[in-house]
Amino acid sequence: MADEVVLLDFWPSPFGMRLRIALAEKGIKHEYKEEDLKNKSPLLLKSNPVHKKIPVLIHNGKPVSESLIALQYIDETWNDNAPLLPSDPYLRSQAKFWAEFVDKKVADFGRKVCMTKGEEQEAAKNGLLDCIELLEGELGEKPYFGGETLGFVDVTLVPCYGWLSVYEKFGNFSIEAEHPVFIAWGKRCLQKKSVSKSLPDQQKLYDFVVQLRKRHEIE
Amino acid sequence: MMHCFDMLYSPTLLETQYQSNELQRETQRDAYEFRKLGEVKVLGASLSIFCCRIEWALKHKGITYEYIEEDLRNKSTLLLKSNPVHKKIPVLLHGDKPVAESLIILEYIDETWRENPLMPDDPSEKAMVRFWAKYVDEKCVISAWTASRTKGHEQEKAIESTQESLKLLNKLIEGKTFFGGETMGFLDLVVGSLPNWIKFIEEFVGIKLFDTKELSFLHEWAQRFTEIPIIKESIPMKEDLLNYFRAQQNAK
Repeated sequence: MADEVVLLDFWPSPFGMRLRIALAEKGIKHEYKEEDLKNKSPLLLKSNPVHKKIPVLIHNGKPVSESLIALQYIDETWNDNAPLLPSDPYLRSQAKFWAEFVDKKVADFGRKVCMTKGEEQEAAKNGLLDCIELLEGELGEKPYFGGETLGFVDVTLVPCYGWLSVYEKFGNFSIEAEHPVFIAWGKRCLQKKSVSKSLPDQQKLYDFVVQLRKRHEIE
Repeated sequence: MMHCFDMLYSPTLLETQYQSNELQRETQRDAYEFRKLGEVKVLGASLSIFCCRIEWALKHKGITYEYIEEDLRNKSTLLLKSNPVHKKIPVLLHGDKPVAESLIILEYIDETWRENPLMPDDPSEKAMVRFWAKYVDEKCVISAWTASRTKGHEQEKAIESTQESLKLLNKLIEGKTFFGGETMGFLDLVVGSLPNWIKFIEEFVGIKLFDTKELSFLHEWAQRFTEIPIIKESIPMKEDLLNYFRAQQNAK
């Protein structure tokens, strides 16, 4: 029976980007469905009734929500190529730890840098820089967090790299100046087709945030 | 390294390559088996709803471990060294390797010691377990905690959120003996002492969170779960929590 894979997503979402990259890395044929978050589809509401959020991966009619959970599902189901997680339980636990760290801290700080001002924005900028520093320490001399190839943490974090110039513009600061290791890692990831085709154009992202800030009256 | 193309495809070289891969796999297996023999320690706090999950998982699998009680107002060097990012308990130390974050520790335990598995095998069932485990920690626990620490409108919102999230858990356990099916599994350990902890908050703060009639399935599950011997011996009970926090309050 042919696999039917559908991804419910929203183009600027860094969470959705993670799944796009994983599906591309593993060469999984799928249907991409763009959601209008102001007018959520019946399929989305049925597939994720608890949170009503994207991304949702639907595999042969079965939905999986929450991006890190869906990433693990993809890795466990299509386990014949491009493994995202190592097989050793300890190394797996470390990868999951850092992915959770990215998921809880980096995405949130990034959002606040774009969507707040004044003291709250300053705190978010510093928080983001602290996170990047910690992550650089974890990366060390390795080309990727996954070692020689893209791994779970790389796929989780690289969408935030995709948003970087947008964070820098709205936060009025340079991440590149202080964190060349992070930048070099990001550029290395972008050389992979699975990554470059999954991250949207930075100008498009910037314009999107401009509109969002106007709607939320932040200036 | 062999540069000659003829030799790349020679049976002798292929055999050597196979043997080398086999040896690598054997070495990895040996290292893995050896690591399984390493000493296990748990850095915890006896009334923590997160730490008891870890002890239950280890007991469920018959793993011997040393429990080290942390004073959270005066964290040990070992804790700060083992979890430098969050500085929180629980931390599992397996030999010299630390694992932090209770849900990640539970999966590590389940993957390292395969007897009495906690997670289902099927990836989509695993995904459901992980989804609800995350829901417990991010919705139920956070809402209840917020309700215990706020007042006015913010508290009302948190109370409503807690009640709604518990209703979902109640629906999830309806018709089942345990979240894991006929026997307890991963999600049972995660939900674990949540009902006790929520009932403690109700009494300590004076708010209504757990309606036993409305949450009858969850209430019955909690009674069944608490009767399991390994659970009973280390579950933070409502009375323990009340005694501890009332003493804290009086000491101020």
